[in-house]
Amino acid sequence: MHLILFVVFGGLCLAGALNLLLQRHPINSALSLVVVMSSLAVLYLLLGAEFLAAAQIIVYAGAIMVLFVFVVMLLNAGREERTMGSRAAKVVGFPAIAVVLAVIATVILKAQGLGTASLNDPITSTEELSRVLFHELLLPFEVTSVLILIAILGAVALARSGDGHPTNKTPFAGTPTGERRVSK
Amino acid sequence: MIPISWYLLLSATLFCLGVVGFLIKRNIITVFMSIELMLNGVNLSFVTFAHMWHLVKGQIFVFFVMVVAAAEAAVGLAIIIAIFRARATLAVDRIDLMKL
Repeated sequence: MHLILFVVFGGLCLAGALNLLLQRHPINSALSLVVVMSSLAVLYLLLGAEFLAAAQIIVYAGAIMVLFVFVVMLLNAGREERTMGSRAAKVVGFPAIAVVLAVIATVILKAQGLGTASLNDPITSTEELSRVLFHELLLPFEVTSVLILIAILGAVALARSGDGHPTNKTPFAGTPTGERRVSK
Repeated sequence: MIPISWYLLLSATLFCLGVVGFLIKRNIITVFMSIELMLNGVNLSFVTFAHMWHLVKGQIFVFFVMVVAAAEAAVGLAIIIAIFRARATLAVDRIDLMKL
């Protein structure tokens, strides 16, 4: 059962990732990325991470991909033009990534005692997860909330500066005072 | 009942496909999607190792990666919108002001 589920969803995952590379229209790439993320959520469930599977669906396949699709729609992105990539990418990049993949695969295949995964393994409950998160790692958790706040402010400042108002294109458009003027 | 190494191989393959996409794609939004693919590949190996050693902290690390990825997506897409406003193109070949 575990084998069948792993083969189906792992294969779906790889197929989605390959499709992302082969499609030329950004919206098709975005939809294949949704497939990759949803099948990864099933793999997380197989590994007993139920909370992360839900978060993967909600945060990644939901929120982040909606953001991507929205930007593709907003900017009216068409088919990408087929140009020659940089020569450095061809000469150095692809051999380097092939070497990296080969090294990682060799290390993984040679490693002893990695063990097996089965459906009978205990799953990590959300209670267990939140106990560690809110007792031992409370400070990093709070710091990430500050990070999210800064990201929201930055996104608003970046996306709003100078939209249709030429007077707003001052050098100080990103500062708090400039932002306040924009938001009036 | 399958070996843990299969999950790790899948994770490494996803990461490498993300790097290849980063190199070959010419649309800035798709390049950004390749970065998300790399993050997902790394997340899978975190979850696998957390399962292997029965540690909760690996999963919490994935949670933090998700939070940072959400922040990164918000800011990055805002930067893409700003670039599109300034240069009216999404092709990375044409956004070469800093190129020597």
